[in-house]
This record gives sequence, structure tokens and C-alpha cells, in this order.
Amino acid sequence: MEILVCVKRVPDTAENEFELNSAGNDLDRDDLVYSVNEWDNYAVEEAIQIVDKVGGSVTVITVGDDESEEVLRREMAMGANNGILLSDDAFEGSDGMGIAAILKAEIEKGSYDLIMSGAQADEGAGQVGGMLAAMLDYPYASLVNKIEVGDGNITVGREIEGGNQEMNEMDLPCVLSIQTGINEPRYVGIRGIRKVAKLDIPVKGTSDLGVDADSVGEAGAKTKRLDYFVPDMGDGAEMLEGSTDEIIEKLIEKLKANGGL
Amino acid sequence: MTQIFAYIPFKNGAAEDVALEYPTAAKKIDEGASLTAVVTGSGADLDTVANEMTSIYSEVIKIDHADLAYPNAEVVRKALVNVIPADAIFLTAHDTFGMDLAPGLSVKMESAYAADMVDFDGLDGTILKAVRQELGGAVSTHMAIDISSGVVMTVRPGSFGPVEGSSAGGSVVDKSGDAGDVSVKRKFLEIVEAEAGDVDITKSDVLVSIGRGIEDEDNIEIAQELADAMKAVVSCSRPIVDAKWLEKSRQVGTSGQTVKPKVYMAMGISGSFQHLGGVKGNPFIVAVNKNPKAPIFQVADVGIVEDILDFIPELTEAVNDL
Repeated sequence: MEILVCVKRVPDTAENEFELNSAGNDLDRDDLVYSVNEWDNYAVEEAIQIVDKVGGSVTVITVGDDESEEVLRREMAMGANNGILLSDDAFEGSDGMGIAAILKAEIEKGSYDLIMSGAQADEGAGQVGGMLAAMLDYPYASLVNKIEVGDGNITVGREIEGGNQEMNEMDLPCVLSIQTGINEPRYVGIRGIRKVAKLDIPVKGTSDLGVDADSVGEAGAKTKRLDYFVPDMGDGAEMLEGSTDEIIEKLIEKLKANGGL
Repeated sequence: MTQIFAYIPFKNGAAEDVALEYPTAAKKIDEGASLTAVVTGSGADLDTVANEMTSIYSEVIKIDHADLAYPNAEVVRKALVNVIPADAIFLTAHDTFGMDLAPGLSVKMESAYAADMVDFDGLDGTILKAVRQELGGAVSTHMAIDISSGVVMTVRPGSFGPVEGSSAGGSVVDKSGDAGDVSVKRKFLEIVEAEAGDVDITKSDVLVSIGRGIEDEDNIEIAQELADAMKAVVSCSRPIVDAKWLEKSRQVGTSGQTVKPKVYMAMGISGSFQHLGGVKGNPFIVAVNKNPKAPIFQVADVGIVEDILDFIPELTEAVNDL
């Protein structure tokens, strides 16, 4: 089975405290720690496990700048066979629809049975997988937390409300967005990254893909981000301050008053 | 006139709460817009919901088809494309169904797409101004959405206040005949119900709930000790279940359990909306997090900026000494 996994380099929410820049219109990106989108690791792990069972290969792909190559290499260190970087100045400022159109152009040049993405990334939209499927006229399932490969089709479980699971049978090729918890992504060490450091990762732009530069990037985007801001805290929490002993004393009073003790 | 259509999700003949929230969202998009509810399904449940919606919406479109008996997003999408005007504003909830339906629907309708809207700031010509969050709720953004060729949007449940629905006096329009060919390449099989766990976290008045801040499986012990001291139960957020440190039945959130405790101790939990969606009944929320900017502090009653690994054992000792 030929599997393509779409990944993204994102600011790491576990490693960063997000501050706005001095103009207040963007994040202060100078000291941000980036990593591969958490959900994507689960998708790549799942792809590797499927190929281990039924044969085939795993290709990881991303739309991004030069620095995005590092996340492709990381996923190749996990066990993905190939990496493709889609990069062009014209791609900058693309909205979800633009990203999906760029990916579609490359996907149509290959022959993939299964395309996966993380269920969501840093923007929290969870949009590219569903768009890509609709553009390709492939069936789609989101929030997938179980996959069983059959003959010419697959059975997938979707995580729905209340911890329940919705089981579906899908024709191949199809597009799936993968939810965290579907597996336990393998650890990648420095040695693993070194092993794939010299592997060739082709870089493709508008002319290679046959994408009209005006249809993607900022020019083609129907949704634009105007600024970033930190929401008004509103009433917010009453912050308890002082020494730890003082805080605990105040907290215990409040817990007693509210039925916690 | 702007036309807004709102998809009504329902279960067992009862509409989800978001049905009362769309009218508030629609007013914030365009005060003068027309608002139509869209209900898809099959049989008696569908009719019950469609009729119920006439008290809130002046027009209710129903699409009745045997293949829609279960809301398979692929089937619903095909039907909607044939029924909804191409340049419409289409709203659905940012829930597990909406996320399945909406991105592909925007492609098929050749519309713009915007996900997980938490606020709208009106229309300026064909530009809709909206607010959403990124990075797990750590930052918000203002968006400009070009809706000249229509837009599909998901709205976050609970973000728009519910209307008092009573007397819209609307009517049901049956568009089942317009649905067209709804054959798809994805077949719904069954729902596998969540397994019951060793502890029922929904029955406890006090929850000591742990998140990423617990850092290691071995540290769960300190949370259990605090829970024992408080006669509480340990629950958790999603990353703890993903790491297989606690079983799924302990997870609080839209994809886990909905809890209604009196006191909710959020320990090292950042407070994503998916997590908070599982905390109901307005409990007294105590948040302890070493990140002073954690979104949880916006909703907690009491906030403490400390590392839970240091704080929890000290609190346990103090409670035991009472």
C-alpha cells in the first residue's frame, strides 16, 4: 500500500509561552521552539505500522519553507521512506484551501492508496484533509482512531462525542485525518535523525506542480488573518499569591467554602 | 439579502444545544440576514426535530432520505450541495460531525471556509470579520473572510448565547426531492460504545484532574494521594489517555466524559475548549499551572501559578493535617 502523510512544522505548544510582537500584529517568533505537529506523528506511526503489515511505502509531504525540511527528516527517521517539500514564495499566506490545492497537484502526479494528515494542527481548523479529499473526489473520514486494512477497502473508527467510536467502511483510495491516541508514536533519537541526514528530499514549486501562482498564497486566500491578540481575561480567575504555605492556607478556606473539603 | 443556513445536529429526536446558538451567531454576522434551519435524517425523529425548530426558525428545510438515517457526513454533503444556494453562508457546529462535513462541503460549494468561529464582528460589503483561536486557545486572531462566493463555517458550541426559542412560527419546507444522488464511497457500520471503567468519574463531587503538567506516569501517584485526602477521584485530560497512563473512562472532555462535580481541581491542565466542554454544571474550578498564560485561568474561579509536582504534595500534606 502506497501511503502519503501530510505533515506540518508548527510552534510547539508544550515548549512555548506565546507573546505578541511589539507591533501587536503577530506572535513574537524570535525564540519560538518549532516541532512537527503532534497529530502528524500519530499519522506517520500508523502509516509505518500499516506498511509493516501489508507492504508498500510511506511518503511524508509538507508545504512550507526551507526550515520545514527538518520535520520531514524527523518523520523519515521514524521510518517514512520518502519526503517531498513543496516550497515556493508564491505559497506564502495560503489559507487551508490553498494548501489543499498545492497538495492535490503533487498527489495527482503520484499514485497513493491512502492519504493521511493529523486531525488538526496549530491553527486548530482541521480543514486540509477534508478539502483535499473533496478536491480529489476521494472518500474522507476525520478524527480516525482505528484503522483495519482489508482487501480494496479499509475499516476505520472515528472518535465521536462521549468516547464512542463510529465505525465506517471506506473504499480506497481515501483520505483520513488521524486523532491522537490511535497508537504510541515511536521515539526518534539524534542517531535516527543522523541516519537520514543525507537522504535526498526533492523540493517542488509552482512550475513543477503546474499550480497557478495567483490561485494560491495570499493572492488566492479567501480567509486572511488580520492580527493576533490575547483575549480579554474577563472576570478570569482570582489568582492566589504569596508563599506556597500562604497560598495553600487560602486555597483550603476556599475549598471548604465550596464543598471541596 | 444575506442568506444564512444553519445545520441542526440531533440525537434521538432532540436537537443539540447549538440549535439555539446559531440565531445569536447569525445576528452578529448580519442583523438583517434571513436564517434557515436545515435538518437531515429519516423518519419520525427528523419530523420531530424539524417541527421543534419552527419555534426558533422562520424557515426549516428538511431533507428526508433513508441513507440519511445515520448522519454520514459524506452523504449529508452530497445532499446539501444540491439544496443550499451556492453563495449562502452555511453554519454547522465545530463538533465531530461538523469537522467531518464542513471542509469538503466548502470545496464542493466553491465557497470560502472558516473553522471554529467564536465570535463575529459584522459584514463589511462581502468581507466578514470574525474571531477564532489558535495554538490550543493560547492566542486569538481577527479574521477577514471574503464571502462573495459564499462561505461554510463551523461555530464553536457554547460560544454564542442561546436564544429564547418560543414563537418564531416558522414552517417546514420539504426539500427531500432535491437531494439527488447521495451514493458515497464510505459506509457507516456501527457505533461502538465507550467501555465503562473501574471508576465512574461522573459520580464524584470532587475531581482531581491532571493534564500534561504531571509529566510522567509515576507522578500520577501524587494526584491519587491528593484525591484520597480530599475523598475525591482522579480524572484527566486527553494527553494522559493518549499516553496510556490512565484509561479512557477517566478522561474529561467532549471526546471523553461529561462531568458535573461541585469542585474541579485542574492540575497542570492548559484548558482547551474540548476539555472544558466536558466540565458542566458550573463547578468551583481551581487551576494550578506553572504557565501564567494558560487558558484555564480565564475560566477558573481560583488560579495558582505553581508547578503541580511541587504543589500537589504540599497541598496533600496540609489537607491531611486538617
